[in-house]
Amino acid sequence: MAERPEDLNLPNAVITRIIKEALPDGVNISKEARSAISRAASVFVLYATSCANNFAMKGKRKTLNAGDVLSAMEEMEFQRFVAPLKESLEVYRREQKGKKEARKDKDKKTDSEEQDKSREEDNDDDDERMEEEEQNDEEEVDN
Amino acid sequence: AEMAAARLSGTENRLVSLPLSRIRVIMKSSPEVSSINQDALFLTAKATELFVQYLATYSYKHGRGKEKNALTYTDLSHTAEECETFQFLADILPKKILASKYLKMLEKEKRDGEVREDDDEGEEEEDEDE
Repeated sequence: MAERPEDLNLPNAVITRIIKEALPDGVNISKEARSAISRAASVFVLYATSCANNFAMKGKRKTLNAGDVLSAMEEMEFQRFVAPLKESLEVYRREQKGKKEARKDKDKKTDSEEQDKSREEDNDDDDERMEEEEQNDEEEVDN
Repeated sequence: AEMAAARLSGTENRLVSLPLSRIRVIMKSSPEVSSINQDALFLTAKATELFVQYLATYSYKHGRGKEKNALTYTDLSHTAEECETFQFLADILPKKILASKYLKMLEKEKRDGEVREDDDEGEEEEDEDE
């Protein structure tokens, strides 16, 4: 399946913002420079993916995992990224865990409320809850 | 170390600014990749942000654009050529040359090719300018 060219590009506004925040205030970034950095970023993703995939294959796995990406960074001579990436990953995992628990709490709350209602209404709520759980699964599993 | 402290929260205090969905599209365009776990997707997005920051700051620091308080394409292309870490970008960030120089290069290549052939036919080509 062919991707349209723009699908492999990253959003200009976000790229520009990242560049601006990295450079001293007031530095002008030419449109050409911005476009070049955006292309470079896409190439970086491809290179990193390919490299990470090699590590996954070495480990006889079909799914790229966090370790593969970190190994790729070292391989690509971006060791300087490894420490900040590990820190960010911890925060990200805590966030994801928090979200998951928030969903479970919400479900528990719905449960206890259900017990007060009549059986007919209980059935409807059960259906709703099942839909939510299916959504949760989709979010976590990659296709 | 200073990168970690300053950039951990990303732009606007978000953990990552680049959209994971778009990063995933690019990653999946590689035919040999089957699936990507969520942590790997996040790390790739975050690494790309760090990369953008690094490429921009390195190029600015080592380039001439800052003489005019700017980051230019030439600064970037210079980085790709001079810095080993960024050499994988050399093909997509080629040095710019003047069109007239490029045309002369083509002319020269063409002439070099013709010299190897039969001289009998030889029509002399003259340079237009110079």
